[in-house]
Amino acid sequence: MNISNRKTYMLNMGPAHPSMHGVVRLVLELDGERIMACETEIGYLHRAFEKHAESETWNNVVPWTDRLNYVSPLINNVGYALVVEKLAGITVPERGQYIRVIACEISRVTDHLTCIAATAMELGSLTVFLYLIKARECLYQRVDELTGARITTSFTRVGGVKADLPAGFAEKCAAAFAEVRTAICEADQLLTRNRIFMDRVEGTGVISKEDAVAYGITGPFLRSTGVPYDVRRAHPYLVYDRFDFVIPVGSTGDNYDRYLCRLAEIEQSLCILEQAFAQIPDGDHSLEPREMKHAYELQDMGKRGDTELIERYAAKVDQTLEGMAAAIRAPNRWATLPAKEQTYTNIEGLMNHFELVMWSWGIKIPVGETYSAVEGANGELGFHAVSDGADGPYRLRCRPPCLFTMAALSKILIGAQIADIVPTFGSVNMIAGELDR
Amino acid sequence: MNAIQGERRDISSERNHEELSSLKAEGYNMLVDLTCVDYCAQGRSPRFDVIYRLMKFDLADGKDLGRLEIHCGAGEEPVLRSVRDLWPVADWLEREVWDMFGVKFYDRPDIKRLLMYEEFVGHPLRKDYPILKRQPLIGPKDGAKADSPSFNILKPTVTGE
Repeated sequence: MNISNRKTYMLNMGPAHPSMHGVVRLVLELDGERIMACETEIGYLHRAFEKHAESETWNNVVPWTDRLNYVSPLINNVGYALVVEKLAGITVPERGQYIRVIACEISRVTDHLTCIAATAMELGSLTVFLYLIKARECLYQRVDELTGARITTSFTRVGGVKADLPAGFAEKCAAAFAEVRTAICEADQLLTRNRIFMDRVEGTGVISKEDAVAYGITGPFLRSTGVPYDVRRAHPYLVYDRFDFVIPVGSTGDNYDRYLCRLAEIEQSLCILEQAFAQIPDGDHSLEPREMKHAYELQDMGKRGDTELIERYAAKVDQTLEGMAAAIRAPNRWATLPAKEQTYTNIEGLMNHFELVMWSWGIKIPVGETYSAVEGANGELGFHAVSDGADGPYRLRCRPPCLFTMAALSKILIGAQIADIVPTFGSVNMIAGELDR
Repeated sequence: MNAIQGERRDISSERNHEELSSLKAEGYNMLVDLTCVDYCAQGRSPRFDVIYRLMKFDLADGKDLGRLEIHCGAGEEPVLRSVRDLWPVADWLEREVWDMFGVKFYDRPDIKRLLMYEEFVGHPLRKDYPILKRQPLIGPKDGAKADSPSFNILKPTVTGE
């Protein structure tokens, strides 16, 4: 009888491990340093996002979306606002769409910078981390000026955004972009041909095109295998069809390619931002609430023959009446909050605001269900919303892009060395807030 | 804008595996999402609506050649066959649907919760799971009445415990 002297042993990596950005647990079966089996356990940061959304009004869900991918919260805000607007059948004015694009792309750059910085730090390159985080800080300050917060932005509203761009925003952003370009140039010089870095990332964490598709992986992880799929190009939302940008792709699908893809995507996002600042039109950033008149007043106007004027007003119907849901298919007052200047300076604006934030009086979205997706920093960030005509979602499903990558993680890791976990996990760019919701 | 949602198709839940595998053979090679909606608050039967979101994906140039939204009804008893042999990611997604809704899939190894912990009782995304329900492992809240005036209690979506 042959008795094998090989023994495997179990190792718990996580839930609180320095290289596990957030909390996740890997149960590993090791033969020496080789990974024989791996089980990924998630859910440590579950905050019941979807359940919570069901008990909130449509606009109140926006702050919860900040906490999904907290490295690029503005993309989540926009993704959620788009699905609600699609359900309500309303379109934001062009300026609002450009502001959303600007917000999204700034967020994408901060996300990629964080990802590269963290990966570099875990592989021993603290200098690169400091350079990139310093560049990210310049962008965070711009986000702070735009939204009033660095991370918990809550920037979008149904029908628009919180506020217009602050004065001198484009110039300050241009200065920040120069900083970012300098930083990625430095990172490129320090890492891209660095022997130590390349030894750790080249040829590790390899995934094939076919496997990536079978696991539903999107974003830079899929693009590193050479498939140029990007929601911004495949299903252009907002005004993305007006920008000129390329989709960087890799060839082998290893950690090195993912690093290069992200580095190239930062430059593409900056290009989109510069085009957006050049193209942005004047006008409203949000839908204007329409002037309201009581239904009986409109009836009187009709009797008098003032039919042309009727078009200008929306009918005010008591919220308790059945059939109210049918009237809000048009972009009327019930789909958008009044501007803050109105709320704070006159009684009509204040009442209007209160009526919209009061439970069971607020924005009513027509019955239906829909799905829409945006290109998050990690891939396709989708929202599936079901409305039963009430003032809040009946069901809201978030399709988190990193869930799909994490599902494939054990497959990628089996057969690798234990030291490969750190760069692979870094390039997955798992964000626990989004993964566990 | 609607291409990303895809055409809606309803399939019978008993034949979900056959239907989905023939769709996969047609070229729908990516399972974009698998989720569920509980319609018990609207009194619909069967209460669950399981949604498979498929994409026909061109590997060579990364083009999305079309999407489908497949709906099938499900009740408490396991009628849906697992599709983890068609798309490996379905393993985790089915675990999530089981965890959150208690919809079972058969023809797959033992199903484990994905997001909640093992000792968790119930399925939190069901409409009859009260948002304020306390779990045995956590125990009752000291001194707090179930109807204390906090924002969340003012507007419960479901009737109390």
